[in-house]
Amino acid sequence: MSTDSQQNAHQSPILEFKSSTFSVPVLILAGNDVMTIEQQLQEKTQQAPEFFKNSPLVFDLQELNKLELGIDVTELTHVIRKLGLLPIGIRGGSAQQNRQALDLGIPIHSGHIARDGVYAANQPGTGAASTAATPKQQAPEPEPEPELEQVSEPEPPAVTVNTTIITLPVRSGQRIYAAGDLIIVAQVSAGAEIMAEGNIHIYGPLRGRALAGVQGNTEARIFCTDLQAELISIAGNYKVSEDLNSAAHIRPVQIYLQNHALVIKDI
Amino acid sequence: MARIIVVTSGKGGVGKTTTSAAIAMGLAKRGHKTAVIDFDVGLRNLDLIMGCERRVVYDFVNVINGEATLNQALIRDKNCNQLYILPASQTRDKDALSQEGVGKILDELKKDFKYIVCDSPAGIEKGAHLAMYFADDAFIVTNPEVSSVRDSDRMLGILSSKSRRAEQNEEPIKEYLLLSRYSPDRVKLGEMLSVDDVQEILSLHLLGVIPESKSVLNASNSGMPVILDEKSDAGQAYADIVARYLGENRPHRFIDDKQGLFGKLFGRK
Repeated sequence: MSTDSQQNAHQSPILEFKSSTFSVPVLILAGNDVMTIEQQLQEKTQQAPEFFKNSPLVFDLQELNKLELGIDVTELTHVIRKLGLLPIGIRGGSAQQNRQALDLGIPIHSGHIARDGVYAANQPGTGAASTAATPKQQAPEPEPEPELEQVSEPEPPAVTVNTTIITLPVRSGQRIYAAGDLIIVAQVSAGAEIMAEGNIHIYGPLRGRALAGVQGNTEARIFCTDLQAELISIAGNYKVSEDLNSAAHIRPVQIYLQNHALVIKDI
Repeated sequence: MARIIVVTSGKGGVGKTTTSAAIAMGLAKRGHKTAVIDFDVGLRNLDLIMGCERRVVYDFVNVINGEATLNQALIRDKNCNQLYILPASQTRDKDALSQEGVGKILDELKKDFKYIVCDSPAGIEKGAHLAMYFADDAFIVTNPEVSSVRDSDRMLGILSSKSRRAEQNEEPIKEYLLLSRYSPDRVKLGEMLSVDDVQEILSLHLLGVIPESKSVLNASNSGMPVILDEKSDAGQAYADIVARYLGENRPHRFIDDKQGLFGKLFGRK
């Protein structure tokens, strides 16, 4: 009997590859002073220590390179790791920065994918593909072409707003990430988590967590017909259930950011 | 077409095995050839509830490993010749189950049976996952208390994202709510969630309410599915549930405190 099962164990494969999508925060840098970055990043992480603790992170150097500000990737990585975040990718870096990242075991994500509004930087498949493609990107040494392309085309994402519509209940334990706006025409159960880079609309009770503007869009709003949430957040500013006024129950409300504070208002 | 029903909950002790036994017996009694499978490998219980524990020779894991044929392992029920039980192994654990093996057995059963009832173990790990993976219909057994309701909600999420139907983009699993161990008295006192409370949280089609009843324990102890106890409220509740599942229109009972005709005749148990 035991030999039988051992044989079975040899025959059946114990691994497989699957493609799946993850949501990972992206750190977009607009200045190259590592000291200031460290200081501001620390402030940010302290606002939601649980959220950021050991969180994977992709850093985006596209803006920086557009402004022709160089940055030492090794130093940056050191600072990020020191604050308890785990960098898992670089986006929009120069050839030299990409090489530095690779030396540190950080894969390179090609920035142009974000243009489609699809949050693909975290797909393992894409990551592997772009890593494999780096030698080619490195060939034209002074200003690699693919990056020029990224720099010249940041406009389209703002135009093509990507809306995700969910019609089935979002159950406890489920997570939904939308690269643009998120519309849910069902309930969101306690223990569920919905996240969007844009606005969130919920036509039904919201009992789980809703995080809008997760990439830092402070203009994002949450609209909800029945607010019973565990947590609501816009661009990292959050309130937990305890701080929410239970009066909002069964009344349509909108939530937006005003002077870094969440405002809940009847519609 | 054969239909695979999973009886699941997430939480333990809510009445999955009792429900599996009762539903399988109910379907078989109505003339549908039914098999009921115990997926709780290592904590074998279904055979006790079905009263066939002394006739177990081969089990589910033996069939998966090719050590016995399906026909050798299936036990025909004493009370109903349309009902067969595939017991779990008590000496192994859930790792003895494989998706491929379970799929093969279910395919084979589908040729011969009208309904296949899968009694899921508690939790959301491998055993529970495999019990629900191939299902067409899901009976979510929930007790009227918050932790059970939340676990059911979690299980519903898994059904809608991790099942075969979800993975292959087919029509989703049909989900039904069975509210068990319900006590109208305690609802009135505010000690228990009401049917409406639970439905508001889960927004799910209610197939039936099973009242808290001594007859369930008696039935388990004597190895007779409670549905065979036609005088008991729980037995009648399960009979209603089977009828509703088969498309009959029966009004809900046991939700209010009011004693129905049966209650007046026989007294509450």
